[in-house]
Amino acid sequence: MTLLDFARGPALEVAIAVFAFGVMWRLLSLLLLPWAHDRSRPRPDAPPAMIGAARGFIRHLWPPKPFVRSFLFATLNGYVFHVGLAVIVFGLAQHILFLHGLFGVAWPNLPSGVVAVVSVVTLASLIVALTRRLTSPVLRLISTFDDYFTWLVTVLPVVSGLVAVSHLWAPYETLLAVHILSVALLLIWFPFGKLMHAFLVFLTRSETGILYSRRGVEI
Amino acid sequence: MPRMSDRETIGDALARRGVSRRALLKYASYLASVMALPPTVSNAMAEALAKARRQSVIWLSFQECTGCTESLTRSFSPTIEDMIFNLISLDYHETLQAVSGRAAEEARLAAMEENKGKYVVVVDGSVSTKDGGVYSTSAGKTNLQVLTETAQHALALISVGTCAAFGGIPRAKPNPTGAMPVSDIVKDKPVINISGCPPIPEAMAGTIAYLVTFNKLPDLDHLNRPKAFFGDSIHDRCYRRPFYDKGLFAKRFDDEGARKGWCLYEVGCKGPVTYNACATLKWNGGVSFPIQSGHGCLGCSEPNFWDKGGFYNPLSTGTNIPAAIVGGAAAAGAAVGVTSALLARRRKRLAAQEPRS
Repeated sequence: MTLLDFARGPALEVAIAVFAFGVMWRLLSLLLLPWAHDRSRPRPDAPPAMIGAARGFIRHLWPPKPFVRSFLFATLNGYVFHVGLAVIVFGLAQHILFLHGLFGVAWPNLPSGVVAVVSVVTLASLIVALTRRLTSPVLRLISTFDDYFTWLVTVLPVVSGLVAVSHLWAPYETLLAVHILSVALLLIWFPFGKLMHAFLVFLTRSETGILYSRRGVEI
Repeated sequence: MPRMSDRETIGDALARRGVSRRALLKYASYLASVMALPPTVSNAMAEALAKARRQSVIWLSFQECTGCTESLTRSFSPTIEDMIFNLISLDYHETLQAVSGRAAEEARLAAMEENKGKYVVVVDGSVSTKDGGVYSTSAGKTNLQVLTETAQHALALISVGTCAAFGGIPRAKPNPTGAMPVSDIVKDKPVINISGCPPIPEAMAGTIAYLVTFNKLPDLDHLNRPKAFFGDSIHDRCYRRPFYDKGLFAKRFDDEGARKGWCLYEVGCKGPVTYNACATLKWNGGVSFPIQSGHGCLGCSEPNFWDKGGFYNPLSTGTNIPAAIVGGAAAAGAAVGVTSALLARRRKRLAAQEPRS
């Protein structure tokens, strides 16, 4: 069995199984927890929970006014690599093929050149994010293994994908295998680290939104 | 098959057939260019070819479909006639020889005896090894016996076709005959692999010409294939490559992209991971090759190409992701999650029941 056979076969199989197991475990164990009953009386003008949730989510898409200046760069940089990753994952023809193989749905792809440029920008943005984490005393203090390892498993597929598409340094079959293995690593780590925010961000921000709107907190 | 004098040089044989020195030079130039040798080599090659004795070749056909021989007999240039009568003395070839039975086997044994340590063994087909190799026999001997016996005093072996080189289709799962490539059985002799299903005729002829001319093995890759023919991937030399780079793919064999000649990656082309000269030498005298005909590369010159997850599955997809395993993992995760939440609820209920102090 070649490295590519291993990557496309058993490695992906195990990674996707671990991903599915982990995500279901974490989501259900959180969602089915006993909820603390909010005994406070809601404000008379408090909107319904769904509206509060939506407002909370939308409001948190941008930092509040007093913090805009200090968090502007971090917020913008965050958007750059999040949007970049989405464009890479859902825009490149080869990735759409992979997702089509899993879910049976496909959509038109972006030109490979566009995705390549976006990948370079995304990579630069991720490097900036790490630099900021390492240079900011506060961030460095609160950073844990999860932060650094998650950064690594996110960057590896971007780098290996760029190298594979460019056919640099090694035969394509090796580059493709390394890229797929890096994705397998990301999938395995996903449910157990901060990457889980891809699912949980909707819950946490909505829940905060409900809580604040019920109490009339301006956010 | 009438056996010609092995003492005769290739030059003598050519002269006898009325082939001029100029024709030999052209021929040597062609071979040199096909093998990407420097232009200055062609003169030396012509000289060496003229003086060289015709190489004794014993051709063994094992578990194969004769497609490799079919491919070679349709070799455009040099033709099989050139190969047989000018470059090599084909002393034994079950498909091409006229004699049969004991006379044929005697021809093989005689060639082995006369050219001990100097003959080249060409093998097409994989070797059955299960149950003593009984699944493929000829003249009462298993292929395994014939190969071991013939290889013993050979100068070198050439595995022609993917079956001989890597086991090929006979070795595909579940490999009922225990098929093995030649290189897994013969360990003490150089084995050159000229893979492909079938192999490109020029790769075969060019490699034999190189052996005869230079009396040494050509540069080989990590799978013992001549780099001159297997140095580049199909993808790197494919005329559809610009479409790959632009992200323009045919989605089906009958869509607009297919009609416009876009890249066939999405319909399963294995060109990016297949090393062969199809895209440059092409087939039938340079007329076309599979991708040019509108079908993706099957990757036939690579080991285990039959078991690589389907010819029509794109390379970027997984080869074996059973829904049952993923679904089972998700169900197991859900069960653990629900159990964990229920335990939390139970803990909360028990805590509420405890008398407050």
